[in-house]
Amino acid sequence: MTRHLKSALFSALLVWAVAYPVLGLKLSIVGIGLEVHNSSPLTLAIIAICSVLMFVRVLFSDQLSAAWKASPNMPKVPAKASNFLTLPSTQRWIILGLVVVALVWPFYGSRGAVDIATLILIYVMLGLGLNIVVGLAGLLDLGYVGFYAVGAYTYAMLSHYFGFSFWVCLPIAGLMAATFGFLLGFPVLRLRGDYLAIVTLGFGEIIRLFLRNLTDITGGPNGISNIPKPTLFGLSFDRTAAEGMQTFHEYFGLEYNSINKVIFLYLIALVLVLIVLFVINRLLRMPIGRAWEALREDEIACRALGLNPTIIKLSAFTLGATFAGFAGSFFAARQGLVTPESFTFIESAIILAIVVLGGMGSQLGVILAAIVMILLPEMMREFSEYRMLLFGAMMVLMMIWRPQGLLPMQRPHLELRK
Amino acid sequence: MPDIYHFFQMLVNGLNVGSTYALIAIGYTMVYGIIGMINFAHGEVYMIGSYIAFIAIAGLTMMGLDSVPLLMTAAFIASIVVTSAYGYSIERVAYRPLRGSNRLIPLISAIGMSLFLQNLVLMSQDSKDKSIPNLIPGGFSFGPGGAQEVIVSYMQIVVFVVTVLAMWGLTLFISRSRMGRACRACAEDMKMANLLGINTNNVIALTFVIGAALAAVAAVLISMQYGVINPNAGFMVGLKAFTAAVLGGIGSIPGAMLGGLVLGVAEAFGGDIFGDQYKDVVAFGLLVLVLLFRPSGILGRPEVEKV
Repeated sequence: MTRHLKSALFSALLVWAVAYPVLGLKLSIVGIGLEVHNSSPLTLAIIAICSVLMFVRVLFSDQLSAAWKASPNMPKVPAKASNFLTLPSTQRWIILGLVVVALVWPFYGSRGAVDIATLILIYVMLGLGLNIVVGLAGLLDLGYVGFYAVGAYTYAMLSHYFGFSFWVCLPIAGLMAATFGFLLGFPVLRLRGDYLAIVTLGFGEIIRLFLRNLTDITGGPNGISNIPKPTLFGLSFDRTAAEGMQTFHEYFGLEYNSINKVIFLYLIALVLVLIVLFVINRLLRMPIGRAWEALREDEIACRALGLNPTIIKLSAFTLGATFAGFAGSFFAARQGLVTPESFTFIESAIILAIVVLGGMGSQLGVILAAIVMILLPEMMREFSEYRMLLFGAMMVLMMIWRPQGLLPMQRPHLELRK
Repeated sequence: MPDIYHFFQMLVNGLNVGSTYALIAIGYTMVYGIIGMINFAHGEVYMIGSYIAFIAIAGLTMMGLDSVPLLMTAAFIASIVVTSAYGYSIERVAYRPLRGSNRLIPLISAIGMSLFLQNLVLMSQDSKDKSIPNLIPGGFSFGPGGAQEVIVSYMQIVVFVVTVLAMWGLTLFISRSRMGRACRACAEDMKMANLLGINTNNVIALTFVIGAALAAVAAVLISMQYGVINPNAGFMVGLKAFTAAVLGGIGSIPGAMLGGLVLGVAEAFGGDIFGDQYKDVVAFGLLVLVLLFRPSGILGRPEVEKV
């Protein structure tokens, strides 16, 4: 015990050195000068308690770890249940169930709820797209939001300058984002994993900087506003139709109700998500999908087997970008306004957090993680202040304790019978 | 020749910014050289360092002490002590448990750490820009005057002198001291160093601490020169410093110094040619070009992938 005393004291001091200057002191602007004040006694008390806890933990580290081992195992999820939950077929059924629920409930939900659900669906789409790149192909893309921005601005600019409708722009936005993905990916994908992460991060920032600074074309920091909403075969969901158009409620002889528009947007998002899900599920069973996962596991073995890593990586990268483009153009349509500030690195980090939390490579995991990550801050307003703080902490903790994510998907494999 | 003055002005500004990039870049490059990971949270350590410097200066000023050398010394000491604690704790909490796992895993953890620290400061110190007046105002100029002169502020000279001193100290430490030799041994071959009785955990922790301390030096210098800080500053500066590290050849300390200076100068001239708002684009463009055409950087050795 005494031999731990020194390191225990050191750890306790370390807690003070780390926490007190940043949390315990507050800089505030008084007049034109700066003043330092102590923050609330509560904060100081918390820091003190933490340092004492740290002291005790390090002092008795031997006993604690012994006790940890000796104590009966914590109630864990039984192995059978976790095996069952991670089976691909189970997950497919759960996804199917979720889809049915998602199709039915908006007709009974409130306007605000449907609106949030639409937002969640956008993140599901982004999460699924990034999941291809990060989860399946194992390429860490930190500039994913750049492709999202490309999709959003493609629709915004085409409709602003040429008056194209959403349905024309959607595939164009996807193509545009794919082109960007291809062009950026082509030179970059030869790099090793961690370089790739930083370069994509740089690209994401470059795209945002261009959007902000090319004021003549993109509207600069103010962005582009008044982006038209999608129509249903030419029927608009507004109260009064523009010239030469008809509105939905007039055509069907219904009372005008603003929730129709919200539900319609929600359904479009749902359909887009379903398309993305379908495409990914099909591709996963094709040679290219298998190659993605193989490449993630061992690049050298893949080369030895005659796979071309560049083409495989590029396909994953481009496909991920395409989905981000779809999500982006839908985002522009829903929001009616795009500004460069919607596409900062934080957004990329949120999408990455969704993929990491859900379990890299698992579709169901990503869907559930997107629901949790977007719903929690919406439901708890006071929580939303700490949102990014918790996301950050969660990413660290997940990597330490459960790098495969909360709900991973079992990879197809055979086991020898015992 | 009016242009020559402008050229020298750009050069001075570029070297000034570049020397601080170099200080931060050393943190990236040392960590990469030893454990082969990108310490994504390094930019946030820099940002925390600048907050500590401001807190120290504001605190002492409130107590009525305002002699400039005292304030500077206090800012340096406080900032170095606290960021060293941060460097050590970050390594301990977020990276040590992950050592030896797949490359992406520590990187994601590092991104998480970076988000966490940034938002921690955002929460406790709010998001407003904080500013202090310039402690060492004034400067001198060359040239006939008007538009044709090169202005060098005293602060720029302080930045340059402190940077050179810090780098000189680091070089001596790495090349002469026992711990420095242990660092080099670990960078060469971690397993073998361990077998020969070097406590590799301590060496790794030390590299994080040195990196953080140098980032703190840079933080004090930059925040005093510009006089403004905010919690989001770490992200961009960190990214630039990483670019500098890659530019010089990641893993090589002289490379990071050179890379920082080159990046600073390139940015100054790039900003001059394309407009100030495209400065960052120039930096990232340079990063991409270097990675494409010479991934090992200016002074780095090409890396052999081990199976």
